[in-house]
Amino acid sequence: MTGAQILIECLEREGVEIMFGYPGGVVLPIFDRLYDSKIRFILTRHEQGAAHAADGYARATGKVGVCLATSGPGATNLTTGIANAYMDSIPMVAITGQVKTFLIGNDAFQEADVTGITRSISKHNFLVKEVKDLARVIREAFHIASTGRPGPVVIDIPVDVQQAECDFIWPQEVSIRGYKPTMFGHAGQIKKATRLIAESKKPILYIGGGVITSGAHLEVKELAETIQAPVTMTMMGLGAFPGTHELSLGMLGMHGTAYANHATMESDLIIAIGARFDDRVTGRVSAFAPHAKIIHIDIDPTSISKTVEVDIPIVGDAKNILCQLLKEIKKKPNTNKWLQQVHEWKARHPLRYAHHDDKIKPQFVIEQIYEATRGEAIITTEVGQNQMWSCQWYKYTNPRSFISSGGLGTMGFGLPAAMGVKLGCPDKTVFDIAGDGSIQMNIQELMTAVCNKIPVKIAILNNGYLGMVRQWQELFYKKRYSSTKLCNPDFVKVAESYGAVGMRVANPKDVRAAIEKAIEIDNTVLIDFIVEEEENVYPMVPAGEAINRMIGGMA
Amino acid sequence: MKHTISVLVENKFGVLARIAGLFSARGYNISSLAVAETFEQDISHMTIVVDAQDEKILEQIKKQLNRLIDVIMVVDFTKKEHSERELILSKVNYSAKNKAKLKALLDKYQAKIIQCKDETAVIEFSGEQQEIKQLVHELEQFGVKELVKTGRIAIAS
Repeated sequence: MTGAQILIECLEREGVEIMFGYPGGVVLPIFDRLYDSKIRFILTRHEQGAAHAADGYARATGKVGVCLATSGPGATNLTTGIANAYMDSIPMVAITGQVKTFLIGNDAFQEADVTGITRSISKHNFLVKEVKDLARVIREAFHIASTGRPGPVVIDIPVDVQQAECDFIWPQEVSIRGYKPTMFGHAGQIKKATRLIAESKKPILYIGGGVITSGAHLEVKELAETIQAPVTMTMMGLGAFPGTHELSLGMLGMHGTAYANHATMESDLIIAIGARFDDRVTGRVSAFAPHAKIIHIDIDPTSISKTVEVDIPIVGDAKNILCQLLKEIKKKPNTNKWLQQVHEWKARHPLRYAHHDDKIKPQFVIEQIYEATRGEAIITTEVGQNQMWSCQWYKYTNPRSFISSGGLGTMGFGLPAAMGVKLGCPDKTVFDIAGDGSIQMNIQELMTAVCNKIPVKIAILNNGYLGMVRQWQELFYKKRYSSTKLCNPDFVKVAESYGAVGMRVANPKDVRAAIEKAIEIDNTVLIDFIVEEEENVYPMVPAGEAINRMIGGMA
Repeated sequence: MKHTISVLVENKFGVLARIAGLFSARGYNISSLAVAETFEQDISHMTIVVDAQDEKILEQIKKQLNRLIDVIMVVDFTKKEHSERELILSKVNYSAKNKAKLKALLDKYQAKIIQCKDETAVIEFSGEQQEIKQLVHELEQFGVKELVKTGRIAIAS
C-alpha cells in the first residue's frame, strides 16, 4: 500500500467518521485516497476553521477530532487551532503535508518547520520520514491525543512518504515506555482526603474541564450531595454539574458569580477536581482562599501546586478517584450552617442586569435563548463579553453543552466550532453566541455551513464595539476607546450572500420570536441583535485583585 | 543554585529540542548539557546542569520534562548521593623552560598531556568541579590558549 492508503486505512480503523480541512500541493495523494473513502470530509474555507471545527466536534462528542492541511501556510493556519486545543486539553489529531523528505530544510516552496512550530503548542508531534513508521505513528498519535490529559497531536507527512509503498501492518497494541498516565488515585492520599472532608465545616467543590473529559459528572454530583457541599465551576467545567441544582454556585473567578467567589474565599476546604487554578479563577494568588485546605484531583502532575500550593494532591483519572473516594467516605461533615450562609450570599448578590424596554440587553438575548431551547441546546461562543454573558445567563445542565475557548481565548472559535458540534450531535440545536468583532474572524465558514447543510444558529450580540476591550478601557483607561469602535458590514446581507438566513432584531419585543423562528428554519441562520452599546459584564474582579473584591454595582 | 538533572530519553531526532525548549521558554539558561547513547542503543542519557533562580519553577520544569512523551525518566541529583565528573581539554604553552614545572603540576592532579605540537601541549583532565577549577587556575601561569569542557555527567551512588 502507499503511505496515503495506509493513512486512510488507519484513520478508518481508528473510527474516524469525519474530517475537516483544506487541500494543497503536498497532500494531493491523501485527497486522492479520500475521494474513495467512507470518511466524510468537510472542506472549510480556511484551515483555522478546520482546526476549530475538529476541536468543537471533539468537545461535543468526546471522540478525537481530525483536521488535515497542506504544508507551509496550510499548516501555519492550523496552528491557532492547535494551540487552542492544547490549552483546553482537547483530543485532536492534526495531519499536515510536508515537502519531499530530501527538500526539507531547503526553503522549498510552501515549506515550514511544522514540528518545530508546533512543539510547544501540541501534546506531541511526529515527522514521519519513512513510510514503514506511518501506521505505528498514527496509532500512537490517537492514543496520545485521547488518553491521560488529552491534547492535540500533529503528524507531519512528507509527500514522498505518502507516495512510497510498503506492507501494511496494523499495530495491535500501543506501548510507549515514556507515557503511562496514572489512572487510579493513591489509596493513602484518598484516606487523608476523607479525613479532611470529615473535619471540614465549609467545604466547596471547585470543578473544571477535567470532570467532563473523564466523564465524572455523576460522581461529582454524588459527592456534592453526599457531603452537602456547594459546587462552583470554571468556565471549562460549566455543564459538569447542573447549573439548576440547588448546590450549584455557577462559575467563579473574574466574571464569576459573587456568591461563588465569596464561598470560595470563605471556605475551609476546597476540593478541586480537574481544574488548574488558572489566573482568571484565583485572582491574586496570595489572597486566594486564605482559610482553605486544598485537595487537588488531577490527572496531570504538572497541574499540582503550579500556582497554588495544595495540601493533598491526588494524581489520576477524576472518575476513578471519585469512585474510590466515595467508597471511603464514612463520616460526613455537617454543613447546614455553611449552606445557610451560601444561600444568604445567593439571595443578596444574584446575577442582575437592568432590563430596558426599548434597547436590547445582551444578557436578555441569552436568557431568551435559554428559555426557547429549554436549556437543551449546545452553546458555542466566541471570546469576550459574549462569552462571559453566555457563562452567566445560560444554565448548563449537561456536560459537553457549553463549548468555548477557555485557555487561549481565541476569537473566531465559535462559528467553526459550532459546525463541528452540529456534525457530531445532529439532533441538538446549536447556537453560536457571538460578538460583532469575533464573528468576523472566521465568518467565511458561513459558506462551509451552508454548503454542507450544517444548520447552526448564530446570535450576534452587536454592540458596535470590541466590547470586552472597550469595557477595560472604560474602567481602567479613562474611556479612551483606542481601536475598539467597529465599523461593521450589514450582517443580514452577509448571511444572505452566503446562502444563509439573516435576520436583524433591534427591539426587545422581537427577540424571542426571532430565536424561535431561527430554531425552526432548517438552514444556517444568523440573527444580528442590535444591543446596548456600552453594557458591561459584571461582576468583575479587576486583574491582580482578590476574587471577593468585585466591582459592578448591580452585583 | 546549580542543579544536576539526569534524563533518560528516546534516542530520536527532535527530543533534544523538546527538552531545551522547556528551559528556554522560561528564560532559563542551560549551563551544561551532555548527551550520548546508553548501553541500549535506542535510549539516550542527558545530564543537564541548570542554574535555577526559583526552585518552584525548576520543580515545574522537572514535572514537565516527565510529561514529555519521549522522556523515560528524570532524576534530580542535587539532593541525592551521586558521583559527578567533567572532562576538560586545554591547550597551554609548553617549552623546554616550563616543561618540568608543568609535568609536576599535572602529576599532582593526575592529568596528562595527550599531544605536543609547536610549543603547545594539549592537556586532558577529568574530575569534580572544584578540582577542575583549581587546575585551570594553576595552569594560567603557563598561559592557557584554549579550554574545552564536556559538561558534567553524573551517576547515582
